Amino acid sequence: MRVIMVAVALCLVCSVLVSAAAVVLRPEQELNKALDKKKNILLAAGLIEDDGTGDVDKVYTERVEARLVDLATGEYTDAFPVETFDQREAAKDPEQSIEIPDREDPAGIGRRSRYAPVYLVRESAGSSEYSGVIIPVHGKGLWSTLYGFIALEKDLNTIEGLGFYEHAETPGLGGEVDNPRWKSQWKGKQVYEEGSVEISVIKGKVNPDSPNKAYQVDGLAGATITARGVSNLLHYWMGTGAFQTYITRVREQGLS
Amino acid sequence: MAESTKKVLFGPIFENNPIALQVLGICSALAVTTKLDTVLVMSAAVIFVTAFSNASVSLIREQIPGSIRIIVQMTIIASLVILVDQVLKAYAFELSKQLSVFVGLIITNCIVMGRAEGFAMKNGVWLSFLDGIGNGLGYSMILVIVGVFRELLGSGSLLGYTILPLTTDGGWYNANGLMLLPPSAFFIIGFFIWVLRSYKKDQIEVDG
Repeated sequence: MRVIMVAVALCLVCSVLVSAAAVVLRPEQELNKALDKKKNILLAAGLIEDDGTGDVDKVYTERVEARLVDLATGEYTDAFPVETFDQREAAKDPEQSIEIPDREDPAGIGRRSRYAPVYLVRESAGSSEYSGVIIPVHGKGLWSTLYGFIALEKDLNTIEGLGFYEHAETPGLGGEVDNPRWKSQWKGKQVYEEGSVEISVIKGKVNPDSPNKAYQVDGLAGATITARGVSNLLHYWMGTGAFQTYITRVREQGLS
Repeated sequence: MAESTKKVLFGPIFENNPIALQVLGICSALAVTTKLDTVLVMSAAVIFVTAFSNASVSLIREQIPGSIRIIVQMTIIASLVILVDQVLKAYAFELSKQLSVFVGLIITNCIVMGRAEGFAMKNGVWLSFLDGIGNGLGYSMILVIVGVFRELLGSGSLLGYTILPLTTDGGWYNANGLMLLPPSAFFIIGFFIWVLRSYKKDQIEVDG
């Protein structure tokens, strides 16, 4: 009898403690999560400093406009509010996602959401002219799925920047995808050549005399599979299976 | 401070270090020590959990029925760990992302459980609290040593400040990739135990 009493009393005290902490701290945690995502979007487009300093909230509100894209048609949609749309959750929901056949799935992700957010970058604060677009990408590396953003310039071909905000690749090897020196090479590279995705991470250094150098990025020493993963996920997300319909449409109609 | 409290608080740092002598809790010592800032947060979290779990277990030690004492200790420890995890997520989001699952795994850290069962069940609240802090400090000391070596030799920096400029950033130091992988923590802890036992010969185990 005493055993049960003690157990019940203890459980009551502990659960009150734990749930109180969860409830009290929740708003702060949600805020952190939202801020973290905004920061990563801005980092990919080089709108804030590399170390993540700067007024994230202010820059984001002034310079970024989020829209939801129906990947099948390439049109904007209001099917879900974009602020709360969760691409990862949607990819798990059979209603909201499609299965990717194996041979069309270089990124190794299996399923993807029908809709995806894009982030339009305003020319200047409050302007209705856009200078580029930031697109979320993800795909398998060696150990983990890499989640990141690629920022494209106004022509939707030239890369402004690429950054991953979540992965668990080997630190010092595959983890070098976070190295600012490696990331800085992406700026100015081209994604498409005559409508096919040509951008790739090659083995070794890019030959400065090569005619293809605009489509190539230096490999990562000791991280062949991670580097291949980065190439593959870009091929998938930039390709006809995902964002290419949208990109082609926007190129014809302009970014507004 | 009385002799015994001093011993309880500082003993676990060199004399009776939970990692070096008892070889407890080394799993997290491998996982979170690639960078010094994560080490410091992890250390603070473990000190907090050991101190308060020891104090709470000691407080109700007369009431705990022997048959369910382990599960009672686990419940207390788990609650404290969740508390720490929630606070980190709210106020140190970046670091809690890096520590990810390892904060939660403090629950399975043998040091916490070991002190609750081995010390707090038999001693007073204040003494148990100090014992928790002491053991947390002993754990932290090893983690800090391992973290300093791994970050300095693996990334050429300490707490994010560059000490040895890396060749990949145009400097002269070629980073030691091994230091960033978990096995290097084993080597460093091994060396540390060797040094400690050469100095304090009484810690050497005699083959039975």
